[in-house]
Amino acid sequence: MRGMLALVLGLFSVVSFAEGLIHEYKLDNGLKLIVKEDHRAPIMVSQVWYKVGSSYEHDGITGVSHVLEHMMFKGTKAIPSGEFSQIISENGGRENAFTSQDYTAYFQTMEKSRLPVSFELEADRMRNLTIPDEEFLKEVQVVMEERRMRTEDNPQSLTYEQFNATAYASSPYRLPVIGWMDDLENLQVGDLRDWYQKWYAPNNATLVVVGDVDPEEVYTLAKKHFGPLKPSEISAVKPRLEIAQRGRKEIKVEAPAKVPYLMMGYKTPVVLTAERPWEPYALEVLAGILDGGDGARLASELVRAKEVAASAGAGYDGHDRMENLFLLSGTPSNGYTVKDLEKALLEQVQRLRETLAEAEELDRVKAQIRADKVYEQDSIFYQAMQIGILETVGLSWKDAEHYLERMEAVTAEQVQAVANKYLVQARLTVAELVPQPIDPDQPPRTAEAAHVH
Amino acid sequence: MMRSSHLFLILIVLIWSTAARALPEIQSWMTKKGAKVLFVEAHELPMVDIRLIFDAGSARDGEQSGVASLTNALLGQGASGLNADEIAQGFEQKGAKLGSGSERDMAWLSLRSLTDSKLLQPSLELFGKVLVEPDFPKADFKREQQRTLIGLEYQKQKPKSIGSKAFYHDLYGDHPYSSDPSGTSETVKALSAKDLREFYRQYYVARNATVAIVGDVSRKQAQALAASLADALAEGGKAPALPDVAQLGAGKQEFIEHPSTQSHVLMGAPGIRRGDPDYFQLYVGNHILGGSGLVSRISKEIREKRGLSYSAYSYFVPMRREGPYLLGFQTRNDQREETLSVLRDTVQTFIDKGPAEKELESAKNNIIGGFPLRVSSNGKIAEYLAVIGFYDLPLDYLTRFTGNIQAVTVEQIQDAYKRRVHPDRMVTITVGGALKPDDSDS
Repeated sequence: MRGMLALVLGLFSVVSFAEGLIHEYKLDNGLKLIVKEDHRAPIMVSQVWYKVGSSYEHDGITGVSHVLEHMMFKGTKAIPSGEFSQIISENGGRENAFTSQDYTAYFQTMEKSRLPVSFELEADRMRNLTIPDEEFLKEVQVVMEERRMRTEDNPQSLTYEQFNATAYASSPYRLPVIGWMDDLENLQVGDLRDWYQKWYAPNNATLVVVGDVDPEEVYTLAKKHFGPLKPSEISAVKPRLEIAQRGRKEIKVEAPAKVPYLMMGYKTPVVLTAERPWEPYALEVLAGILDGGDGARLASELVRAKEVAASAGAGYDGHDRMENLFLLSGTPSNGYTVKDLEKALLEQVQRLRETLAEAEELDRVKAQIRADKVYEQDSIFYQAMQIGILETVGLSWKDAEHYLERMEAVTAEQVQAVANKYLVQARLTVAELVPQPIDPDQPPRTAEAAHVH
Repeated sequence: MMRSSHLFLILIVLIWSTAARALPEIQSWMTKKGAKVLFVEAHELPMVDIRLIFDAGSARDGEQSGVASLTNALLGQGASGLNADEIAQGFEQKGAKLGSGSERDMAWLSLRSLTDSKLLQPSLELFGKVLVEPDFPKADFKREQQRTLIGLEYQKQKPKSIGSKAFYHDLYGDHPYSSDPSGTSETVKALSAKDLREFYRQYYVARNATVAIVGDVSRKQAQALAASLADALAEGGKAPALPDVAQLGAGKQEFIEHPSTQSHVLMGAPGIRRGDPDYFQLYVGNHILGGSGLVSRISKEIREKRGLSYSAYSYFVPMRREGPYLLGFQTRNDQREETLSVLRDTVQTFIDKGPAEKELESAKNNIIGGFPLRVSSNGKIAEYLAVIGFYDLPLDYLTRFTGNIQAVTVEQIQDAYKRRVHPDRMVTITVGGALKPDDSDS
């Protein structure tokens, strides 16, 4: 049957790349609905995106958005704790949720006829969460276990967390999404209730549905379930801009580990903040020149030709809500130190500032982006995610449609220009993981000693 | 309110029709030299996934632990006189993705490409070179060997990796599944480029290969494509049968000290094979016990009721021979004994009393109702083809999947668990921090 379906759809495959198949609606209570048709398989994904995450938090309550995400499964007046997941499961669904700096999102992937189940449950917990004391007390312990697993016992994550807290001075991006342990230990159930009241409302959410659905039917269904919800007054978010950095910052992180690790980050603008609109796209191409596959400069030159790195990477994402970091990271190979690796990475940056990237390199980066645009359509989840992120940070799903042309338009001169403007020492933060003995009987190593030899 | 009969009525009626609609039709044939091909035509997107799977995982390492993994990693590092840069850049300039990997049973090489022939043809040619004419250059070998050694060090800082290695070691003893696919520092240091070449010659051969193809190509194209790749390999022979796995005679507990705030606990024993006669009973049973996320018994007892762990789970890893049945969690060091006894009690209760009818019903609703999700993308279908082809599962495996799930009864689950799962003969590995005298467990 898939074969026949394919034949029919084949005719429309060109159309499916155009904007025509995305439909945008707004309910009277302010809830935005975006529906993207994808009829390849009889399934759909439904996602609710809230404009809240760790970058909305302040000291003392860090991690509250993420703990609240956990509590969203802990019951409403109509659906007792644990029932949400049970109902989704019984309906053949897969569900989960995730929290980042800029958003909190909930999703269900299900056979297409199950959409009403998803909408009924999500609408209910958008306004009617109970947050019982005893459930909170257990769940915050679960989150602390999550933190131990992800961060406390993972030396690279620990380094990343401290690196972030150093790189940013005033921007809330310095706060860890999962929260500081001390804040988790002192979090009160009232903090969660306040946070829920403050941010969870239809006029602070975007509903995204992608799959084998009819947009008008989805709209009607959304009005039925979400329509009756009352909007809230959502207070404006203060800018909380990062202050200008005045010189290179550097930290060392000592933790039980076997392998050293280096992180470097330059303060960079994002699509929402860039002085010139092409800059974020040029930064993304620049990241591709360094790390767009195993044939790009870092793998070719640092891992293979010089063998100074066992691994090295570069990354930049222009779709954050606020100014962020262009990241470089890596592990030195045997016989080299973190300092050697840092020097090699800085040389790479210097070269980007002095010399134009070759046409062939730019072509390679763009060829991969063009192909990825097709590959990503193999996943309805990814498509929904892309729409959700853009809408939630304050951009539009239409930006995804224009992404390709904006990337295609980037020139070698623009790449050089952003390298010179942003990849400069005054914007740089460097963190080094200095491994401490795992065997408790071995004496500790100091950061200085690790550099010698 | 949500449990209205209305919604559940829809569920029962719709499951079967949609499950049938979503099914990919699998075509299969042998190439001239004896490679098995599985193909699903999918024209919605202008792309194709090609994967060659070899019986060339670490189960074939012999004394040279790590050789299978390094052989696989070296394929793209030099072939037909092209160096690693030329190979990687060759794929990247066409937007194609080369993939490779190896585990205990299988090793594979994969290509994802757009089907525009200006892009696909050159990528296919290059892919053929990597597959058929790898050079195993000495310098590249030495570098990848060093990178593997650093990778092994890296694993020593992760409690989960430490635990997993000890777990397989204790479970499998002398069996080839015992050693870790990445080898040990000693065995990896002892390898040479020549060893890799020999390993490649023996195992990367047509008769030892399965080809999976999913995408926007016709049957005719797929046939030509499979032949051009698989029949360019030496014909060779199938890898010999792996030895049987011995069941554990007694339980074993091992504690590995690590300076972590949490303890990672892994418990288990050899479990099931692919095509195992108890497969569906144990699969559905485990779904209820610990395989369905937050709604499973283990997660409910450990996480939902007691807040002891972020992730508590159980799962079977069906392999050519009995892969492990694995149960585990992580928790603050001072809670590990308490959590372990909750896990043991939960498993024992499940074996003694079996699942409730209602639980079985819910599990079936989830697995059968969610079946369309399993085959909803080219990527997922390609994974299924690899497993069906490699493990010689019937071609109608997916067609019969929901029926096989539906047929499972409470009695069958309990019977299979009683026969196959013995908590008193399980290995328990704990990796975590030493406790101070005032901590609750001693």
